[in-house]
Amino acid sequence: MMLTYPNLIPVLPELFMAFMIVLILIVDAFTSESKKGINLVLTLLTLAGCFIIQKIIDRGVTQLTFNNMFILDGIATGTKMFTYLFSFVAVLYVKRYVCDKQMLKGEFYAIFLFAVLGMMVMISADNMLVLYVGLELLSLALYGLIALQRDSVKATESAMKFFILGALASGMLLFGISFIYGGTGGYLQLEYILKAMLSQNDTNGALLVFGLVFIVAGLVFKLGLVPFHMWVPDVYEGSPLAVTTIIGSLTKIAAVVFIIRFLIGGLVLLNPYWSIMLLLLALLSLFFGNIIAIAQTNIKRLLGYSTVSHMGFVALGLVTVNVDGVSATLFYIVTYSLTALAGFGVLTMLSRDGFECENLDDLKGLSKTNPVYAGLLLLVMFSMAGIPPLVGFYAKLKILAALVASGYIPAAVFAVVMSLIGAFYYIRVVKVMYFDEPVKEIVPADTCVFSRTILLVNGALLVIIGIFPTMVMMYCNQLITG
Amino acid sequence: MIGMNHYLILSAILFAISVMGIFLNRKNIIVVLLSIELMLLAVNFNFVTFSSFLHNVAGQIFVFFTLTVAAAESAIGLAILIILFRNLRSINVRDMDQLKG
Repeated sequence: MMLTYPNLIPVLPELFMAFMIVLILIVDAFTSESKKGINLVLTLLTLAGCFIIQKIIDRGVTQLTFNNMFILDGIATGTKMFTYLFSFVAVLYVKRYVCDKQMLKGEFYAIFLFAVLGMMVMISADNMLVLYVGLELLSLALYGLIALQRDSVKATESAMKFFILGALASGMLLFGISFIYGGTGGYLQLEYILKAMLSQNDTNGALLVFGLVFIVAGLVFKLGLVPFHMWVPDVYEGSPLAVTTIIGSLTKIAAVVFIIRFLIGGLVLLNPYWSIMLLLLALLSLFFGNIIAIAQTNIKRLLGYSTVSHMGFVALGLVTVNVDGVSATLFYIVTYSLTALAGFGVLTMLSRDGFECENLDDLKGLSKTNPVYAGLLLLVMFSMAGIPPLVGFYAKLKILAALVASGYIPAAVFAVVMSLIGAFYYIRVVKVMYFDEPVKEIVPADTCVFSRTILLVNGALLVIIGIFPTMVMMYCNQLITG
Repeated sequence: MIGMNHYLILSAILFAISVMGIFLNRKNIIVVLLSIELMLLAVNFNFVTFSSFLHNVAGQIFVFFTLTVAAAESAIGLAILIILFRNLRSINVRDMDQLKG
């Protein structure tokens, strides 16, 4: 038997990342407490390096390797670049916080990079086995990240809840995968699953639909749609802000690409079944996410419920199953990540050792004490509410346009009404910041100029992409059509 | 004669028991972790059944991966449980009420 070596060019960024993680762990073990800053530098270098490598190996065509298990196509390259970029920005936002809260003693950055590696594998997987391994790599790293704050009851409790519900979702996903494997007559490769379903030779329709139900339940859990949303607010509230920043923004892109590959790539012929499931769950999430968020006084929890409603929008975009809808979804998720990154970035930078900026009362009169941070948070809230000319408006508009074009008019109307209700609690945050008297003065931790500049650029991008969305939208469209 | 359906029904029963174990259990987190393991084993059983009846080896390979990941998962789960016990002095599910979920 000849053993041939796989083509390693398409996996170079992953290999580089894995190598750097090991390097960071070794360096971490041999540096003294005062020199832990080198971890941060190495992490930023890793992300920048991955970005550059990804750019170099991109030939504009689809590359397959490892017996077609690993795919590097347009959408993989594009979303991975976004992931590196947003991870880089997220690291800059949280670095001060991580130092202050004594979280650097552990291997915060190494575990974080493991999570990013998991996202990269998920994005590039063309086989259900690889999808599963990537997903677990991401989830296990996230459980660890939350539990890193060992002396906090809230953090450990939310880690436990996240762990139990996450394992349950993985179990459901696996159970579904096993039925798809049986129903198609022994295929795990998404491409062959599609072919087997097209030819309909050995496929067993009942098994496939049975498996599909479990797969949708597992996938939807990862997004956090009602009724699988219980973990979202708890995890957002319980985890330290640095980790909430990561969970609330970065992981969503990978999760959406994962769903696009699974449902629109492999199981597209079952779309009469899964569209109706997703549609129902999306409407429920829009309803419950927005209604429950009104009653929240903890801003992390509020953003958690707001995520649930935003993911409802994302699911609505996927329901359409056409190029317009899916590229609108991709645009929505990328811009949502950017917005959430700015929002959590502001909260993280306002927090200090011994003070977590998480209650609405903490924000009272922020416009008088810290006008710049208040202005940025205002942009984020208006963008999430969908007020023009910010980017959230255009993203919602594209999803609604795709929905109407596909004939789901009642769903589109419902979504608009629900966003109106949602605007209430976003605007309440703005009211608290601008019209309430400050209770106590928040002195933001002394972050470096570079991080603050990036935060400003991030806020400016929300406006700029909102006014000139065509370029990003075209890019997303190009990623989907290949 | 025992056919494929019997195996599938057995694994579905195991899966249902484990889901029940997670949701109905109000006492002990360790039982929840046990249920998670049982769930993954039910899935493995399913894979092996299909693999054997379809004469396709991919399912058995998948089982190896699932087993490995399950081992890593339970290691992390127990680690989280230990730090939770240090903070709460209890492993009762009802005591996890800091966050209103």
